[in-house]
Amino acid sequence: MSDPGSSPLTPVPAGAPLTGAHVVVVGGGMTGHRVAARLRAQDPEGEWTLTVIGEEPERPYDRVHLTNWFSGRDAELLSLDTAVWDDPRITLVTGDHVATLDRPEHTVTTDSGRVIGYDRLVLATGSWAWAPRAEGKELPGIFSYRTVGDMEALATWTAGRAEQLGRAPRGVVVGGGVLGLEAAAALQKLGAEATVVEFADRLMAVQLDQGGGEMLRLLAGDLGMSVRTGVGASAFRPAEDGAVGVAELSDGSEIDADVVIFSTGIRPRDRLAREAGLAIGERGGVVVGETCQTSDPDIWAVGECASYQGVCAGLIAPGNDMADVVVDRLLGGERTHHRGEDGTKLKSVGVDAAAFGDVNAVSPGALEVSSVDPVHRRYIKLVMSDDATTLLGGVFVGDIALYSRLRPLVGRELGADPSAVIAPEGGAALSDTALPDDAVVCSCNNVSAGTIREAVSEHECRTVGEIKTCTSAGTVCGSCVPTLTSLLHQQLEEEGIAVSHALCEHFELSRAELYQAIKEGGQTTFSEVVSAFGAGRGCAVCRPTVASILSTLGSTSGQLHSPVGEQLGSLQDTNDHVMANIQRNGTYSVIPRMPAGEVTPEQLLVFAQVAKDFGLYVKLNGAQRIGMFGARLDQLPEIWRRLVDAGFESGHAYGKSLRMVKSCVGSTWCRFGVQDSTGMAVALEKRYRGLRSPHKIKVGVSGCARECAEARGKDVGVIATNRGWNLYVGGNGGAQPAHAQLLVEDLDSDALVKCIDRYLMLYIQEADRLQRSARWLEERPGGIEELRRVIVDDTLGIGEELEAAMARHVETYVDEWAEVLEDPARLGRFVTFINAPEAPDPALAFAPERGQMRPATEDDEIAENDPREARRLALAAVNPMGEPVPTMQGGQDR
Amino acid sequence: MSTSPTAPQSTPDTAGTPEETPMSDGLIDVCSLEQLMPERGAGALVGERPVAVFRLADASVRAVQQLDPYCGANVISRGIVGSHDVTDEDGTVRTIPTLTSPMYKQVWDLDTGAVLDAAGKEDFPLAVHEAEVREGRVLVSPQPRAAGVPEPA
Repeated sequence: MSDPGSSPLTPVPAGAPLTGAHVVVVGGGMTGHRVAARLRAQDPEGEWTLTVIGEEPERPYDRVHLTNWFSGRDAELLSLDTAVWDDPRITLVTGDHVATLDRPEHTVTTDSGRVIGYDRLVLATGSWAWAPRAEGKELPGIFSYRTVGDMEALATWTAGRAEQLGRAPRGVVVGGGVLGLEAAAALQKLGAEATVVEFADRLMAVQLDQGGGEMLRLLAGDLGMSVRTGVGASAFRPAEDGAVGVAELSDGSEIDADVVIFSTGIRPRDRLAREAGLAIGERGGVVVGETCQTSDPDIWAVGECASYQGVCAGLIAPGNDMADVVVDRLLGGERTHHRGEDGTKLKSVGVDAAAFGDVNAVSPGALEVSSVDPVHRRYIKLVMSDDATTLLGGVFVGDIALYSRLRPLVGRELGADPSAVIAPEGGAALSDTALPDDAVVCSCNNVSAGTIREAVSEHECRTVGEIKTCTSAGTVCGSCVPTLTSLLHQQLEEEGIAVSHALCEHFELSRAELYQAIKEGGQTTFSEVVSAFGAGRGCAVCRPTVASILSTLGSTSGQLHSPVGEQLGSLQDTNDHVMANIQRNGTYSVIPRMPAGEVTPEQLLVFAQVAKDFGLYVKLNGAQRIGMFGARLDQLPEIWRRLVDAGFESGHAYGKSLRMVKSCVGSTWCRFGVQDSTGMAVALEKRYRGLRSPHKIKVGVSGCARECAEARGKDVGVIATNRGWNLYVGGNGGAQPAHAQLLVEDLDSDALVKCIDRYLMLYIQEADRLQRSARWLEERPGGIEELRRVIVDDTLGIGEELEAAMARHVETYVDEWAEVLEDPARLGRFVTFINAPEAPDPALAFAPERGQMRPATEDDEIAENDPREARRLALAAVNPMGEPVPTMQGGQDR
Repeated sequence: MSTSPTAPQSTPDTAGTPEETPMSDGLIDVCSLEQLMPERGAGALVGERPVAVFRLADASVRAVQQLDPYCGANVISRGIVGSHDVTDEDGTVRTIPTLTSPMYKQVWDLDTGAVLDAAGKEDFPLAVHEAEVREGRVLVSPQPRAAGVPEPA
């Protein structure tokens, strides 16, 4: 562990030794990016310049999550923090490769002929994908799995092969390690069959023990992969068209191979250093010591190309640490590089497997404690010291809930009975075990438990999000986020820092607690709720919250509480109260529902006529629907009446509720679509419309992996696959964007709806007031994996209850606009002045702009009380010929 | 920067202005108590002045200026009515009625118009109008009391 406990971003004193120097980084991968980002963050005012030269055409991207490319097929989605490249001191060169290094001259020369001088040089050239000797391995259709370029070529080839063959291509992955399994899963996503060929006797042979490897074989089989262990690929033979067709295995057998991926390990890219005469390790790699300096004091090496103690590490954590060491040293620091105990976790495959430490119990006297359950596909083993107190290693297959808790404890006392810990749901046995301050929690960014605690106690972080921003923990692979959550809660408790979850001065309870209390207590009015659980007459925080809870409980228990009716009306913000969004001048916007963005021309005509007649401003919003703005309170019912008559209904654009379901046109129109995304989006929008929730909910449905509906930026994202739908949850746009995380794959339509029912109801029950689902999921103990257990595996046994609640909501839905139109008492309140129903608000003033009207400001010369007049002036202004102003019926169309 | 933007005024349309028949004490009848929703406000035109009238849970009424001084729009009646406990110097706790702006969430004392939470801005109190219920009718004074001055005991 290196520098445990140190804050990751310690500012450097001014006048650092790098002043005036030019640093060149050869290699535009993750560690090259890290050097640039780190130098910039650590020395924000420093007067140095830095050039990063990468040979790939993309800007540096997240290679750890390369497989995620298939979700969006957009390299930008994998981009690492691009703000680095906006720093005027930093230059990024992409698509050019450094050919030679001239140490005496202090220059590098690229393929394109650029000659770049350096004062300090950092080699971050990474590694190349090694493949064993095999006849025919140069045939078309054989790929490695290392770059975005590889992904693009693989996807194109597989799709083309499927079309030529008229069937699913047969894919072969040579190498059954972590990356090989990811590649096999990717092949399946591309519609190919996948066979994994592994020379060792088990999958993930480097990381897992025999038992774990066997369980993983069962799980891979469940996913439809074929697994062949103990054999290698000895030759490839072409099909008739010259591309690869058959793989010959070392046992003499043959398998069909329409597409092949080699994932058989990596080798350091050290040619540049070798040719320049730098010291090279016995097994390759540029030799560095704990300062990461090479045999030339002006040259440093980081990441997979660097050989430290004879080993080139192929993981991101040591690469990041080396980059940090180099930056620290360049700035005059004393930091040193050490290799920690790294764990490995399988990603993006659809099965869980993770391991750390001495998995094969080779330490003298080591004891193994295991729990094997082939029925539930669960294998857990802990390796303990001979006295059964110290944790030496762990293997987790099929259930990795304990992995992130236990990995930081390797080499330390477990503090609990290991057999109790590994029993199903046994994690509780660990609850009293405190992680030591120097235990590294986030190995990607090398952040220790002590740093996390410091963030809570000294930097006043109160949420996981704040901890992430403060320490950068949990921002790379995210596997430590559950540990961050529990550390946060422990530390707050320990310091007696009461994070008040009280809703406001009137309620001690949090929103989630109040929801459960009302659900059990059955109160139906604010007076009942406040006398049972609170005090006073409430405020602008608790009254709308109680209204939302009563509305959800009403609609999901089968009784109907219209959120705007007599009962709840006085609790609501003006938006929910009058079912429109208040604008800055006190007028409202009217946004009818257009499910999935569909609208008929006939409806559009009515919409346009209404907007014209009332002089309203019209704009498309970001949710695939149209809004009209500037309606007075007293005009709302008449506007709704005309819209409702044309088949529109409330779009709930004003509510903390489902807003809309965005979609692409899907397979109905699009030549790439694989499912009817619009049909699904309409169904989902109609199902969840009107549902009140802690914050607004947005949903997206994309008809193929191109993801044109941007579903992963939504609370619920649905992306079509060849076999059904993938469900993503917890996405968010706005101020704190988050990509939704994959919850479950390849669902049929019924199963998809069930999962979304459960997810939304759980969110509504548990989330804080105004907490979007992205933040809720981030704070929820156990993260996406625990959520998957609750939603998909139904470990809490609440699945049916959640679905039933949603079913009742669907049955009791009514359009709020139409409801008001039939209620004279409520209609009577839609007036500007209760004693002068016909009088408009004299303070309203509208100015003409771009053919429409808008609220006037103090600077406007024209300020009309009647919006129609402002609109008339605006139209005249854009129509140089003057009147006639275009009209709907038979007028001159412009 | 102006902290109290007001929209430019145009001539009020008096087409629907009600007959004003001030009572002997100068109060004007604006509506029946029944017309007001409990713990909700309504806009009223008192004289030529837009006023926000509120009916509290105990069926008493309050009236303040309708113009929200923070946004310059006539929207105060559309805020949320609530309560707030204050401890006086002698230690007694009083519960006062409050109103939260629907626009930028400032909070006022409905009895005095005083700002309780300016949401990070300067204090702009609301003008308070005398208001009372007499025989089921809601009566409001067309002239405000001085802003921020408590009701005489």
